[in-house]
Amino acid sequence: MTKGTVSGVIANMVTLSVDGPVSQGEICYIETGGDRLMSEVIKVVGTDVYVQVFESTRGLKVGATAEFTGHMLEVQLGPGMLSKNYDGLQNDLDKMEGVFLKRGQYTEPLDAERLWDFQPLVKEGDTVSGSAWLGEVEENSQKLKIMAPFQLVGTAKVKSIVKAGQYKIHDTIAVLEKADGSEIKVDMVQHWPVKFAMTNYKEKPRPFKLLETGVRTIDTFNPIVEGGTGFIPGPFGTGKTVLQHAISKQAEADIVIIAACGERANEVVEIFTEFPELIDPHTGRKLMERTIIIANTSNMPVAAREASVYTAMTMAEYYRSMGLRVLLMADSTSRWAQALREMSNRMEELPGPDAFPMDLGALISNFYGRAGYVYLNNGEVGSITFIGTVSPAGGNLKEPVTENTKKVARCFYGLEQERADKKRYPAVNPIDSYSKYLEYPEFEEYISKKINDQWIPKVLALKTRMQRGKEIAEQINILGDDGVPVDYHVVFWKSEIIDFVVLQQDAFDEVDAVTSIERQEAILNLVTQICDTDFQFDDFLSVVDFFKKLINLCKQLNYSEYKSEQYDSFYNQIQDMLKQ
Amino acid sequence: MATAFQKIYTKISQITKATVALKAKGVGYDELATINGKLAQVVKIVGDDVTLQVFEGTGGIPTNAEVVFLGKAPSLKVSDQLSGRFFNAYGQPIDGGPEIEGKEVEIGGPSVNPVRRRQPSELIATGIAGIDLNNTLVSGQKIPFFADPDQPFNEVMALVALRAKADKIILGGMGMTNDDYYFFKNTFSNAGALDRIIAFMNTTEDPAVERLLVPDMALTAAEYFAVEKNEKVLVLLTDMTSYADSLSIVSNRMDQIPSKDSMPGSLYSDLAKIYEKAVQFPESVGGGSITIIAVTTLSGGDITHAVPDNTGYITEGQLFLRRDSDIGKVIVDPFRSLSRLKQLVAGKKTRKDHSQVMNAAIRLYSDAANAKTKLENGFDLTDYDNRCLDFAKEYANRLLAIDVNLDTEEMLDVTWSLFIKYFKLEEVNIKKEFTDIYWK
Repeated sequence: MTKGTVSGVIANMVTLSVDGPVSQGEICYIETGGDRLMSEVIKVVGTDVYVQVFESTRGLKVGATAEFTGHMLEVQLGPGMLSKNYDGLQNDLDKMEGVFLKRGQYTEPLDAERLWDFQPLVKEGDTVSGSAWLGEVEENSQKLKIMAPFQLVGTAKVKSIVKAGQYKIHDTIAVLEKADGSEIKVDMVQHWPVKFAMTNYKEKPRPFKLLETGVRTIDTFNPIVEGGTGFIPGPFGTGKTVLQHAISKQAEADIVIIAACGERANEVVEIFTEFPELIDPHTGRKLMERTIIIANTSNMPVAAREASVYTAMTMAEYYRSMGLRVLLMADSTSRWAQALREMSNRMEELPGPDAFPMDLGALISNFYGRAGYVYLNNGEVGSITFIGTVSPAGGNLKEPVTENTKKVARCFYGLEQERADKKRYPAVNPIDSYSKYLEYPEFEEYISKKINDQWIPKVLALKTRMQRGKEIAEQINILGDDGVPVDYHVVFWKSEIIDFVVLQQDAFDEVDAVTSIERQEAILNLVTQICDTDFQFDDFLSVVDFFKKLINLCKQLNYSEYKSEQYDSFYNQIQDMLKQ
Repeated sequence: MATAFQKIYTKISQITKATVALKAKGVGYDELATINGKLAQVVKIVGDDVTLQVFEGTGGIPTNAEVVFLGKAPSLKVSDQLSGRFFNAYGQPIDGGPEIEGKEVEIGGPSVNPVRRRQPSELIATGIAGIDLNNTLVSGQKIPFFADPDQPFNEVMALVALRAKADKIILGGMGMTNDDYYFFKNTFSNAGALDRIIAFMNTTEDPAVERLLVPDMALTAAEYFAVEKNEKVLVLLTDMTSYADSLSIVSNRMDQIPSKDSMPGSLYSDLAKIYEKAVQFPESVGGGSITIIAVTTLSGGDITHAVPDNTGYITEGQLFLRRDSDIGKVIVDPFRSLSRLKQLVAGKKTRKDHSQVMNAAIRLYSDAANAKTKLENGFDLTDYDNRCLDFAKEYANRLLAIDVNLDTEEMLDVTWSLFIKYFKLEEVNIKKEFTDIYWK
């Protein structure tokens, strides 16, 4: 293997002079004071190689030696990853010793000794291609597939496959014979370089299946779909993280991967603490069982922050190859972009807008492009739904990360300071936010079957009312309460009903926090009924009084257990009010 | 400081305002050096060329100055002797007392493994309703005051620190005026809390670049008491905007490309490294904690500036002070202030109606702001508008003002009494479960 010697250090960028071939993105380890510092090649000039070190370079001296590994940054994929807490380089955080993270401490992501109940899915003589399902094991009651090597080109014949039984991850479970007679021993572990997308599927159609999140402003107003992409930009304090956590708790997915990328450690601790206790509303099992956390918090080394989102995406692709529905959340992609900026700055590259690297847009779109709903080669389906948050500087959406993300993500959930100030949570702006999926004929067809064909027209009607309500609010502001007809007040208050009853939701209330799609339909129908009712009022004050009472009843309805006695009682009171 | 084993270099090849460069071998990154006795730190190594950042500036350094490398990064000697002492940015005593004896620890050490943290859950009571009721603080939290330079943030911070019942209060002063330094010293001393105080001071009279060491010094001391002594440590950092200004000076002198507001591109990471030292340890590691309360001064209330903006993304909320002209007092602004950790204690460590009461009051206060706009635009006010305005005035006076000192239960009772005084039941939008009990 190639060796190198340190010739310069500027923060976490180190230059090495090397004695042999190196490749872009190759991993090497630099020895210093007994620690081995993992680094990645980012630029090569002759025999001078620039690497970014994933650790602190304190005390590193010129002349220190480095050893190259011959491979790029890759992850180990196999059974045993669920409910784990990894850092951005897939080190198992629970296996690390001590209270503080020690430099140069790397831990195994998988448990080599754990036994798995293996069931073969192929037999000797079968012909398989790369990523074919050879067998399965069960982890946290999910069936995980053991697959033929992803790197396998063409087809191979199953020469042997072990019988059902208990095996460890590094046991050979199958031997494949290629056309040229060479043999491949297959165990349960795959390696994959994180920066390359897995393309082991047949087709990536337009996604169409509603992904239920239990959050009304998403499901009802701007739905996301299985295999869809969305992003949540918002100034600090507008509830990005609360919304993300709500989605990851409630979404109907088999696997949830949370990449805490450059964010607060306490937010990760919240997941560690709560998810083992919380129940997945869809399966009744503990949430943690389906969750993987990739924690590169803001105080961890910057270069590993960049790696963390790729690590998370590669894991998601692994599960998708097994035909599972994966939800990937990254909080926040802006921190990832900033990590790129810091490195680009140290390499003295010419900067693009706001000092971000010029290829930022391309990197973001490639990353979002890795999500999607796919038909696998064996005809099964799998999906990665990706939702990223963006933390725009100064809350200004005209900045490079937001703008570049907007070009690729299909759902936009813009969080608004003004709404947050008024405690109208979730603070998703109902007018600027959108879901492109509402326009997909594939989605319309699906939702017509799943719910009914009136769903989308009703939703669109409410959206129009919100828009109209906002226009009228502006007019009232200019002309005064008496300056507009009483009818205008009615239209405005109908939009307030939509806002208070459909859009606003209490993420900390046991009942209101998650709304099933069935209940969302009931709410949509009720609100549509209210909006379609003709009211006669003498003056605007009675309009205000009436709607405030109505809103209060509707909120109590939202706080009540669905179809409970209390619920029915509030529902009837509302109907009585409407009859008057 | 030189010993017989240390090589002395005497040939400086380049001097800028903040850095000197020379040829040297065997130098480690981040290592300290002295240049004619002035402290400096290695910031760049390219082959034999070593660039040093001189903390107090390069004025008076000759090209033949004696440069000695110390073989270590900036460090602090930690032990119980730190208690009650005042230090400069290098951790040297400035109170005339003896040098500290203890274990020498490099500052700016590694971060806590997230899985070794515990979720913060202990309420810090301050008696100020704008904080306890609307933006409850929790031990292990990191939160700054966002305030214009003329606002009494240091006074409020000292008040909070004294009421917070911390085992240690560590003050990191950056670019602090001499007057403010004495304010803290006198306040803590009058309260009889001096033995719990440790201060690291960089005043306006000291070189600006030195203050880059202050937060790390303060937090290294904090980690010692939180980890080794299992204590509840409160760290006060004022003013982090001065700290960031020094960062931009250094990056500018090192020819780095500035990003927003001429701040270095790494500002987020630089600030996060400091604030993320706030931690609550689980009982298995002794149960100590580090809580950080900082000050970020704003220029004309602008929170979109890079420093408050990046800070807001890192910290667990922020506290805004504002002068309310209706009541002529400084209040904790309920709109822009936020404690992200409040839901960990609100309704759990406090009365169950806490969250709903808090939100309802703020919503009504916001309706009052709308009514005020209407009034200013010359429109007639409705009865509801007038009631909101009256409510807002009393709410600000009895709860939001910083001179309030109540316990949380009293705060909730006062809020309910205001609701009942000014509003109808259906106007407050609170769960029936609570109105049944408290709407009397």
